Amino acid sequence: MSNSYFEIIRSGVNTTIQDRGRNHMYYMGITVSGAIDQRNYKLSNKLVGNNLDEAVIEFAYQGPLLKLKNGKINLSVTGDVLFKIIRKNSNIENGVCYKSYILEDEDQIDLISTKNTAYGYLSISGGLELNKIWNSYSINTKANVGPNNGKKYSIKDKIFIKNSDFKKIEEIEINYREVPDNIIRVIKGTNFDYFSVEAQNNFFNKEFSVTKLADRMGIRLSGPKLENIVNTNIKSEGLVRGAIQVPADGNPIVMLSDHGTIGGYPKIGVVISADLDRVGQLTPGSIINFKEVSLEEAENIFKAYTDDTDKYLNENN
Amino acid sequence: MIKNISNLGDTAVYCDFGSEVNEKINANVIDYFHHISKLIKDKKIEGIINLTPSYNKLIINFDLSITNYKKIKNFIEGLTISRDIKDNNQKIRIPVCCDDEYGLDFLRLTKKLNIDKDKILELYFGKEYFCYMTGFIAGMPFLGDINKGIRCDRLETPRVKVPKGSVAITEQFTNIYTFESPGGWNIIGNTPKKVFDQLNLLDPTLIKPGNKVIFYQISKEEYLDWNE
Repeated sequence: MSNSYFEIIRSGVNTTIQDRGRNHMYYMGITVSGAIDQRNYKLSNKLVGNNLDEAVIEFAYQGPLLKLKNGKINLSVTGDVLFKIIRKNSNIENGVCYKSYILEDEDQIDLISTKNTAYGYLSISGGLELNKIWNSYSINTKANVGPNNGKKYSIKDKIFIKNSDFKKIEEIEINYREVPDNIIRVIKGTNFDYFSVEAQNNFFNKEFSVTKLADRMGIRLSGPKLENIVNTNIKSEGLVRGAIQVPADGNPIVMLSDHGTIGGYPKIGVVISADLDRVGQLTPGSIINFKEVSLEEAENIFKAYTDDTDKYLNENN
Repeated sequence: MIKNISNLGDTAVYCDFGSEVNEKINANVIDYFHHISKLIKDKKIEGIINLTPSYNKLIINFDLSITNYKKIKNFIEGLTISRDIKDNNQKIRIPVCCDDEYGLDFLRLTKKLNIDKDKILELYFGKEYFCYMTGFIAGMPFLGDINKGIRCDRLETPRVKVPKGSVAITEQFTNIYTFESPGGWNIIGNTPKKVFDQLNLLDPTLIKPGNKVIFYQISKEEYLDWNE
């Protein structure tokens, strides 16, 4: 085991470890978890020369302030993040996302805040010294599953780093900028016909805003109340990331990575895979519009999304 | 056996076994669940990453970069499912203490059902239950069916915090809260037994879909002395 680690000087509001997520456990009630924004997660690993499925530090809104102890590493930050690197000699460098940096012993990284999105990612060359729990490094704080006893990090905790022998990798940059877009594309849900014609029209034509009730489990929206004319409950059944449930109050809830594995509210729609990163990154107050697409269109959009991700991942090859 | 197959978004197949909730339909769901789980384990099918059986549905999640809805749907339609002959009817015994400090809703239940606590306990413990599904929170089993005489709606105002280990009933079902969580079921007792154990990496969930469960009553002394 290496003895390099990050000392947590400020923990941030929701600092966890994430990766691709945890599969084959839904039937036990254990949800997928994993990075909310999978593209930014992969890009961050790529920037430090890691395998794309290595564990990274995910933070939300205010991120952590970390001091490196006993080591020298490459790191990178992805997302829309304001951060600084504070050198041992007190020099301060303003951080740039999608760029790799070298951090030396006793240097600090201050992940001040995310800007127009909710989540940011910090990757470290060689990854973190953690054990996988059920084939994943992801922390699910609701079920206390994953490393760090399934809890978010607190001040004075240590995050151990796997790679002790530093290999200088070329400092690289990826020319990636998120294009802001308030359209979230959706396939009709299995209970779409539970809703009145007016509600169906409103769902695809009116604006919805993200409320403060937004976390890794899901985000609640407010907008025109979606009137259910059949039954406001269904027999509980499985849920998926991106499913949009509508409880009796008529306000939709979009399920994210830490969602409950089953639910009993009708599903008006499901966000397409290609838009899950964007929907997860929405911050309270954001205004969105849902747009209907067919399954075939969604599959084509997903292909374009993965091609696009691969293009960024291969930029430096 | 599957009445209809449709897509739930672009990465899940939604298998509908009917609208009623009963053991027969659920046994069909669980047969499919076991059969497909085995095919995944034996690498006879590619790209399936999750299965979620519930009362009368089975949701199959797949990785869209490996496969797609049409392929998984065709695969499911081509399956011949036989009754799981291997006895899945393992009986799990769960101790419950029903003293009033654990059974938080006896006052409500005796009023609503118009029977006394002893009668509720007699009807509740006099039956073996079947696990329809596990989920919502990690390891929470949804068991049924409870005696018609003790069926009751959810609380009008759900509790913000239901104590971990609470054993509760609503409608035709009974469950166990594996974590402290919000909830609206009627609580009749608490079990000291670990029903979900994060530290047991091989088998964290005691009660799985298709299992049989027998509850038995213990005293407060036995509850407090419980050691596992």
